[in-house]
Amino acid sequence: MAKDRNSTVVFWVFLTPVLFAFVMVIIIPFLLGVFYSFTDWSSSAGSGAGLKFVGLANFVQSFTDPAFIYSFIVTFIYTGINVIVLNVVALALALIVTSRLKFRNIYRVGFFVPNLIGGLILGYIWQFIFNNAIPALGGIFANPDNLVLSKSATSVAALVIVGTWQYAGYIMMIYIAAIESVPQELYEAAKIDGAVGFQRFIRITVPMIAQAFTITMFLTLVTSFKQFDVNVSLTAGGPSTMFMGKPIFATQLLALHIYDTAFAANHLAMAQARAVIFFLVLVIISTLQVRANKKREIEA
Amino acid sequence: MKQKRSAATLVLEALALILFLAYLIPFALILVNSSKDAFAVTANPMALPKDPGLIFKNMVSIWTNNNIAYPSSFLSSIIITVLSVVVLNLLCSQAAWVLVRTKTKFSQLVFLMFVGAMVIPFQIIMFPLLSWFREVTAITGIGLLRTRFGMIFAYLGFGLSLTVFMFHGFIKAIPYELEEAATIDGNGKFGVFYRIVFPLLSPIHATVIVLNGMWIWNDYLLPLLVLGKGNRVQTIPLAVANFAGAYVKQWDLMLTAIVMAIIPIIVLFLAAQRYIIKGIVAGSIK
Repeated sequence: MAKDRNSTVVFWVFLTPVLFAFVMVIIIPFLLGVFYSFTDWSSSAGSGAGLKFVGLANFVQSFTDPAFIYSFIVTFIYTGINVIVLNVVALALALIVTSRLKFRNIYRVGFFVPNLIGGLILGYIWQFIFNNAIPALGGIFANPDNLVLSKSATSVAALVIVGTWQYAGYIMMIYIAAIESVPQELYEAAKIDGAVGFQRFIRITVPMIAQAFTITMFLTLVTSFKQFDVNVSLTAGGPSTMFMGKPIFATQLLALHIYDTAFAANHLAMAQARAVIFFLVLVIISTLQVRANKKREIEA
Repeated sequence: MKQKRSAATLVLEALALILFLAYLIPFALILVNSSKDAFAVTANPMALPKDPGLIFKNMVSIWTNNNIAYPSSFLSSIIITVLSVVVLNLLCSQAAWVLVRTKTKFSQLVFLMFVGAMVIPFQIIMFPLLSWFREVTAITGIGLLRTRFGMIFAYLGFGLSLTVFMFHGFIKAIPYELEEAATIDGNGKFGVFYRIVFPLLSPIHATVIVLNGMWIWNDYLLPLLVLGKGNRVQTIPLAVANFAGAYVKQWDLMLTAIVMAIIPIIVLFLAAQRYIIKGIVAGSIK
């Protein structure tokens, strides 16, 4: 009996601090956040006083706002391209550093280094490269009209380049771990059967690392969709362009759009409603992705 | 046959080398250009610096610049990162242990809630978190906004889901007999945890330290919201962003600030490379 009481005491002593932080930092703000999205919440209002319930007004208005629709579209485009480019580059890098090259360990570390540095700082580095270093190459690059960050399409491409450069080394590490765990006998057997390099890659490596694809796809999808730091420091949403007859920011991804709706436009309740939409979409696409990959994993 | 293979290997070797150099060019560029004065940076970013020693002069001017407040930002970044990581490791390993070893519906539910919360994006929490923290401060008088304490508390909240999850997975694999034996030897619950279990956790502690440490050191949005722009307490990413806003085109100083923000991470990485790479891979596969 005494021992049981002791267990209970330790249970609560060990669990309470974490549970307390969880409720204070995650649960309460999350519930408040969902609640606020149905109100006219503003920065001047406290967390209860003087709030008016407005139903779905914030959501309806969001879907008629060209800036939000555009931000949604550009986020999907960015995410789609980034997931593909990132995984292709990461897999290629992983194949390179797992082959019998002399300096493979140094390459491995080199490709990984950008990942150590925060997206904010990486964005500034590349802003310098796109705005100053590349024009200094002269020729067509020197023409101010050809600045990478001055046009919508190339700005999105710039975000993909930096996003890939930052994250490919990390995804590469996951592919390396998967590739190195493929039994060597399989390759030897394939060799005897006369399979050459590319066939071996498609028939053995790809199916054997299917589980890694589930992880890398999930990670790249979610991080691309949530991209914020690089967006802030590289383009800050610019350049401006027109959409549905209204001037909007050409590279304002959703996370930045939500932030700007709250602080630049000062529509807190509206930003909160868009964050709720962002959350729902994120849940849906990540569930769909994991399900699709799991299915392929089993088939393979 | 042999000839052909070595030719292919040679091509791959050259390709890898080119890729490797291309990958690191951005770092070379900022290093080269932070060794120049403002005029030389804008005149030709591709030229080599005339006086490489200039980087130290630029570093001194960053170090003493009141706008970026590098020394105090650096100190705050270290305090916030180290304390958050220590708190996360201690509290989450304790919590994970009692959650694993107490087989009740309640502990299962708590664990599921922790894990489930990982899908909640930061964006949905961030605005209400601010007004909620303001409210709590107004009621209790404990400063949560604009303070290091508030940052550390927030990092405990945002980091605990993944941290508890990782400890939970590791502790499950530790044989319970070990703990029973320790109990028979006369250890209380605290003794069992701190004498027996805690030392066994070192590999997972290392992984968690790396994952949380890198995240917190590089994080920008949470400090931006909790500490605010231009506050007395700033972290390095916040200070760099602030500096960028104030000195838009002063790339010589801006790049030096970037170099100085990167150096501590690279030094730490080279010192603990093995743990960091292992920790990151382990963290992703979980």
